[in-house]
Amino acid sequence: MTSAVQAAGRSPVRRLAGALHRRPRLRLSLLLTAPLLWLAVLYLGSLAVLFVSAFWTTDSFTSQVVKVWSTDNFHTLFTTPVFRQVILRSIGVALAVTVLCAVIAFPLAFYTARIAAPKRRPLLVVAILTPLWASYLVKVYAWRLILSEGGLADWILKPFGLAGPGFGLPAAVLTLTYLWLPYMILPIHTALEQLPANLLDASADLGARAGRTFRSVVLPMVLPSVAAGSVFTFSLSLGDYITVQIVGGKTQLIGNLVYSNIELNLPMAAALSTVPVVVIVVYLLAMRRTGALSSL
Amino acid sequence: MQLSRTARVALRVAAGFGFAVIYLPLLLVLVNSLNPERSSSWPPPGLTFHWWSVAWANDGARAALWVSVKAGLGATGIALLLGTLIAFAVGRHRFFGRDTVSFVVVLPIALPGIVTGIALNSAFSTVLEPLGVGLGMFTVIVGHATFCIVVVFNNVVARLRRTSGSYEEAAMDLGADTFRAFADVTFPMVRSALVAGGLLAFALSFDEIVVTTFTAGPGIETLPIWIFNNMTRPQQAPVVNVVAAVLVLLSVIPIYVAQRLSADTATGSRI
Repeated sequence: MTSAVQAAGRSPVRRLAGALHRRPRLRLSLLLTAPLLWLAVLYLGSLAVLFVSAFWTTDSFTSQVVKVWSTDNFHTLFTTPVFRQVILRSIGVALAVTVLCAVIAFPLAFYTARIAAPKRRPLLVVAILTPLWASYLVKVYAWRLILSEGGLADWILKPFGLAGPGFGLPAAVLTLTYLWLPYMILPIHTALEQLPANLLDASADLGARAGRTFRSVVLPMVLPSVAAGSVFTFSLSLGDYITVQIVGGKTQLIGNLVYSNIELNLPMAAALSTVPVVVIVVYLLAMRRTGALSSL
Repeated sequence: MQLSRTARVALRVAAGFGFAVIYLPLLLVLVNSLNPERSSSWPPPGLTFHWWSVAWANDGARAALWVSVKAGLGATGIALLLGTLIAFAVGRHRFFGRDTVSFVVVLPIALPGIVTGIALNSAFSTVLEPLGVGLGMFTVIVGHATFCIVVVFNNVVARLRRTSGSYEEAAMDLGADTFRAFADVTFPMVRSALVAGGLLAFALSFDEIVVTTFTAGPGIETLPIWIFNNMTRPQQAPVVNVVAAVLVLLSVIPIYVAQRLSADTATGSRI
């Protein structure tokens, strides 16, 4: 009773504040309306239209999009040898990059998490992360410089009578591995750092040598983190087309096919771009079984 | 785990080698900007700052830098607003579909850039062009903001998780209304997370090339697009080298500042 009288005498701002406080649902809808409009309507809407347009076709004379439902694009996608080849190559590249990253990241993370002096570890983590913020394009450009004719790779390998790999598929795999390596090091570092020391002691007390402890204790506990890191290395590699353009020579991956179809045949580009999305979703579902996503 | 001395030394050496490989390309970019020759071959015959002054006077690079700064500021502003709103909704409320909301925020950065790029491109050209709005700065900012939201969101939501809502409740018990409690209690608690998130969002936008390619009209050239267009032109190589070196040096800033502001949340938020 008294509070109602008081409320009537308050400023409108204060009344609004009171109303907001009493109605958490109202508060929530005010918070969510603008961002959800942006993400759901603008972003998800655009994506939905893109995937619907994959079922449209293009008039081969005018390059105009014909909005008639057909599955021709997907039929072409799975029956044209070039497309199949490129899709398989892209998945192969993504897997190769992931395996390379895991193999390189493990010893690095083992050092930063368990061998380096504890007070130096935060600094080492920053040292792992800093290259992530260096421009993507500049890093690819650096590898273009290294791998170009007469570049650093040639110079280093010359005394051994060898030459650098030049531009091509190996160069693309190498560059992508370099680009996404920190995404793999970091989760492994975190997992290794959180590994309880007494588990390792217990394993040693039971008579296991370092190798056995590594296989039976460390590896099973770190594997979900490797899977978590692989989500990044795999999906980032699968969608890339810029790196391949810069250091890949004539190599084509899915991204390049999408890119080259945009101007003349947008529905085909849309159909092609469903491939990395579907592969990534399947990969995510597979990784979820390992418990990787909860440790992201 | 009792590692043998050899194993420890081997791991040390491997890690040292690994860090060397991580930083060598960046170092090479820096040294190469001082290469007096146009061909960028290794080793450089000498070192000179000549190309730095040439690059400083390069109109194309300067114009592209301004376009990038403007796009970055616009995208950061929108991302700060929308990211903070979602962070408060997710961090301070329980509701149906909360996990879905957090998932949708991450999606623009999780899907390949080219998918986001052509989706936005075809949406813009179907919806905006009939209205007389062509691709340009506006569409670049909209595209960038879409994937920058997640960076701000991650930073703010992590801060909200660490600070309990009981401070706000205490402020309200002491007579502060919702707005007063926000201004005096909540905002100061999340302020540094906002600065870190905003900085990282700007860095993300500044570096982006794929979505930019599809949302920028013919007249708009951001710095990454300028580098990409000029990378293969031998005439421009020395200027590209200098711009690349500048970007390597600048990349230290966001991580340094973000690290100082909120050590626990900022660094990992590129992930």
